[in-house]
Amino acid sequence: MNYIIDCEKVSKSYGNISALRDVSLKLEKGSFLAIFGPNGAGKTTLLKILSNLVKPTSGTVKINGTPLDNEDGEIRKNIGVVSHNTFLYNNLTPYENLEFYGKMYNIQNLEKRIAGVVDEVGLTVRMHDPVRTFSRGMMQRLSIARVLMPDPSIIYLDEPYTGLDQHAAMKLRDILKNLKREDRTMIMITHNIERGLEVCTHVAIQVMGRIVYMEEINKVDINNFESKYFNTVGKEHY
Amino acid sequence: MDYLKKVWAIVWKDIRAEIRTKEIFSSMFIFSLLVLVIFNFSIDLLEVNPLDIAQGVLWIAFTFSGILGLNRSFLFEKENDCLQGLMLTPIDRSAIYLGKMLGNLIFMLIMEAITVPIFVVLFNIGIYDKIISLAIVIILGTLGFVTVGTLFSAMSVNIKAREVMLPILLFPIVVPVIIASVKSTGAILTGKPFDDIISWLKLIAVFDVVFLVVSFLSFEYIIEE
Repeated sequence: MNYIIDCEKVSKSYGNISALRDVSLKLEKGSFLAIFGPNGAGKTTLLKILSNLVKPTSGTVKINGTPLDNEDGEIRKNIGVVSHNTFLYNNLTPYENLEFYGKMYNIQNLEKRIAGVVDEVGLTVRMHDPVRTFSRGMMQRLSIARVLMPDPSIIYLDEPYTGLDQHAAMKLRDILKNLKREDRTMIMITHNIERGLEVCTHVAIQVMGRIVYMEEINKVDINNFESKYFNTVGKEHY
Repeated sequence: MDYLKKVWAIVWKDIRAEIRTKEIFSSMFIFSLLVLVIFNFSIDLLEVNPLDIAQGVLWIAFTFSGILGLNRSFLFEKENDCLQGLMLTPIDRSAIYLGKMLGNLIFMLIMEAITVPIFVVLFNIGIYDKIISLAIVIILGTLGFVTVGTLFSAMSVNIKAREVMLPILLFPIVVPVIIASVKSTGAILTGKPFDDIISWLKLIAVFDVVFLVVSFLSFEYIIEE
């Protein structure tokens, strides 16, 4: 079977500390994996390896069949990352931020594309205000617009709900649901079990650098997942 | 061509942000002005020949204020983790280095272009017939300083005491280019023929080329975690 994300026995150590241990993960196109786990479980390290920001100590990662260690930047065109850090320049406007990132991706008809993605996240009226004047929720929506610009087939979300109020979180959830409909492959790391379960097609639990549980959402007892999570993670983590 | 467009996009992004905030330029310019004024008041120019000390004072003003600019340079990229955002784009990571380096070079050269006339007035030194040779030395010397400085700025951005660490790391490496720049500036200001400074200029040019290549090739490994 052709997996869009295929990682095999990936480990990562920082000195004596093992951040990831023999993680294997295979995802088909259109999957939405939600990964839950306590702080320090290695979730962000996993996403950094999958987006080729960090090289694994051992193991292989293939994106669309291409090993990441042979990557020359082409694979990065197809990967978007939304993090709790927005990757936005506070002193520039949304237009200037998106124009800058658009040039990095060689996007054609840039003005039209910027107008389209800004409209998609509902920020058209603030297009020319400096980003530093934005609320946390608006910044996060703009961050999603930044990711949508090159129309990536894979999106990683690293705790995207961090710091958002209820209204902003609901808006973000709606945007994520729309992204899911577009048949993208997505991985989301979140501590919010409810938010994760409502959008994902697969669910995983990561503890101490290992993925200890992974299942399709339709085989998961959603009502009892929280207790399943706490039993799996172990009492020492909460 | 695409590569150069991306480099220019990084330079323009920095210029745009600087036009809005004026954080880098104002701190560099005010510091260089203070250095000139303090030296001007602390040295009795009736007893000391200005040409004996002027070149040193000028390059102290340039390099120390340049350090302030270099310290700020990658801090903007740390804000909201923008450097990581840049690394996620499909650009060659050496383009990030070139863009940041050219931005720093432009900011420093503008600061120097304003500092030199003030220096001329305060130290009463005539440079009208030496402007071109002085400009060549300043541009080459600044290029060497910024080439290494940008690399070390990227290295020190994650260190807590970066304001202290950057000069400690940078100055020992750029000593040859600073000495050569001071010597050739002195020779130009005292009216020595251009042939006398050729050997110093060659040293600066070789330093610029060597460190530009080394920094260009090593930047990717430095910014990777």
